[in-house]
Amino acid sequence: MPASRHPQHWIAFKTIVTREIRRFLRIWAQTLLPPAITMTLYFIIFGNLIGSRIGEMEGFTYMQYIAPGVIMMAIINNAYSNVASSFFSAKFQSHIEELIVAPVPNYLILAGYVVGGTTRGLLIGIIVSVVALFFTDLTIQHYWITFTMVLLSAVLFALGGFINAVYARSFDEISIIPTFILTPLTYLGGVFYSINLLPEFWQNVSLINPVLYMVNAFRYGLLGISDVSVFWAFAIIVLFIATLTWYALHLLDKGTGLRN
Amino acid sequence: MTALSIEHLNKTYGNGLQALNDINLSVEQGDFFALLGPNGAGKSTTIGVITSLVTKTAGRVQVFDADLDDNTELAKSYIGLVPQEFNFNGFEQVKHILLTQAGYYGLAEKQAEPRADALLKQLGLWDKRHTPSRALSGGMKRRLMIARALVHDPKLLILDEPTAGVDIELRRSMWTFLRDINRQGTTIILTTHYLEEAENLCRNIAIIDKGRIVENTDMKSLLNRLDKETFVLDLQQPLTDSNLLQDIVHHQVDSTTIEIELNRSDSLNGLFSLLSERGIHVASMKNKVNRLEELFLKLVEPSEKH
Repeated sequence: MPASRHPQHWIAFKTIVTREIRRFLRIWAQTLLPPAITMTLYFIIFGNLIGSRIGEMEGFTYMQYIAPGVIMMAIINNAYSNVASSFFSAKFQSHIEELIVAPVPNYLILAGYVVGGTTRGLLIGIIVSVVALFFTDLTIQHYWITFTMVLLSAVLFALGGFINAVYARSFDEISIIPTFILTPLTYLGGVFYSINLLPEFWQNVSLINPVLYMVNAFRYGLLGISDVSVFWAFAIIVLFIATLTWYALHLLDKGTGLRN
Repeated sequence: MTALSIEHLNKTYGNGLQALNDINLSVEQGDFFALLGPNGAGKSTTIGVITSLVTKTAGRVQVFDADLDDNTELAKSYIGLVPQEFNFNGFEQVKHILLTQAGYYGLAEKQAEPRADALLKQLGLWDKRHTPSRALSGGMKRRLMIARALVHDPKLLILDEPTAGVDIELRRSMWTFLRDINRQGTTIILTTHYLEEAENLCRNIAIIDKGRIVENTDMKSLLNRLDKETFVLDLQQPLTDSNLLQDIVHHQVDSTTIEIELNRSDSLNGLFSLLSERGIHVASMKNKVNRLEELFLKLVEPSEKH
C-alpha cells in the first residue's frame, strides 16, 4: 500500500494559498484599494446624498439598510475576480503547468485557489466594513449567521470564478460573466431596496436570484431583518457550493482548458 | 531498474491527428537518454503524456515502481520537467519560484531553502534571486527552469529542448552541469535539435518520426552503422593538379579546400600518408557534418517520401 502523502498534501495546499495571498497583496493597488474607493462612493452618493431623501426602510436609515448589501457586494465581487484572474493568468502564462506536473491532487488545487479568493473576499469585507463605520453604526445581531454567510458567499463566488477561468480563452472572457451576469444579479439582489417594494410578479422573479438570499441573510445577521427565510438562504447556498465544487472537480479531472 | 517504461502508447488529438502510434520505450535507471525526431514527430507529445500535460488515448506509462494511472502522485513525484517554452509566473521572484515548486512537491520551506540556494549558486542565479523572472535574460530563464525542475531532487529529469536559443558558451556549461547530475545518479531524458548535443551527452537514443519509434538503440551501435564519413581538409598549399587525387573519392571546394569520403574500414593514417607522398600537406581537418546528423537523415528521410 502506498505511503500516505498527507503531510506533503498539507504543504502543497499551504503553498498554493500563500502564493495566492502574496499575489493579491503584491498588487494591492489593483485589488484592495479600488473596492474601498468604490464603496466609499456608494455610501456618499446612495447612503448620504440620496438616502437622506429616501428616509427609513424597514425601520432603519437608508444608509444602515444598504450597508450589509454593499459589503456583501464587495466580498462576492472580489472573491470571484481574484480566482478568475489568478487562475486564468496561470493558464495564460502557462505556469499552471507547474501544478499539473506536480503530485498535487485536483481537489487541493481547487481548494487552494478557493481559499485564496475567499481570503481576499474576507479582507475586502473587513476594509469595506471599516469604511462603512465612517458613515453609519454597524451592530451585529447574529454573529454566527453573519460570519457563516460571509464565508459561504465568498466560497461560492470563488468557485464561480474558478469555473469561469477554466473555460476562459482570453482576458475578455473573464470579464463577461462579472459584467453581464454577476453585476445585474447583485444590483437586482436587494442590495439597495427591499423586494417588498416590488410588484408581486417581480418579487417572485427576484426569488430565483441567489444573491438575494446572501444579501438578505447577511442583513439578517447585522440588522435582524430579511426579505427571505434565512434557513432557505443557507440551504440554497450550500446546495450551490456543493454543485459548483462537483462541477469544478469534474472539469479538473477532465483537464478542460488545461490538458490536451 | 527501469526508470521509465512506455508500452503501446497512443495519442490521437481531438482534430483526428494521430500524434503517437504504438510507442514502446524503456529507459534504464542512471541512463542519459536522447529522444530525437523532426518537428512534429511526437517528442513533445510523448513528454506531455509522461508528465501528465497531455492525456493519452491508450497505453501504459510506468515511472520507476509507479504506474502513472494507478499511482499518479508517486509517479509524478519522481519526475522533474524542463519544458521547451518558458512557463514561469513572470511577476514572481526567482527564489520564490523555486520554493513554490518545492512546496507543490511537499517540501517544507525549511527543507527546500538550502537546496534552492545551492541550485541558484550552481546555476549562476544567486545574484538574481530577488529579481522577478520576467526581468531575466533568455539564458538565465533556461537555467532557472533547470533549477526549478531539480529543486525537489527528482529521480528522473526530462528536458525538452533545454538549450534551444542558448549561446555556445552557456550550452557547454549546461552540458557539464547535466553530466554532473547524471553522474550523481539522476536519470536524464533529453530531446534536442542539436544532434551534437545528443552525441556528446547521451548513451542511448530513440528516434521518433511521425509518431512511431523508428530506432531505439545505444549511441555507439548507431554510430557504428555509419559506413561512410566525409572529411573537409584545408590544405597548406593550393591544389593545382586535381589528377593527383584521381584514385580518391573527393570533391574540390576551392583551391585549398577538398572534401574526401572515406569508408569506415579505411584508415586516416593511410590517407595522410598517401597525401604526403603526393606533396599535399593538410593544415586542418573536420567532419563535413555531424555523424549523428547523417544517420538521422537516413533514418527519417525514407518515411518522408511516403
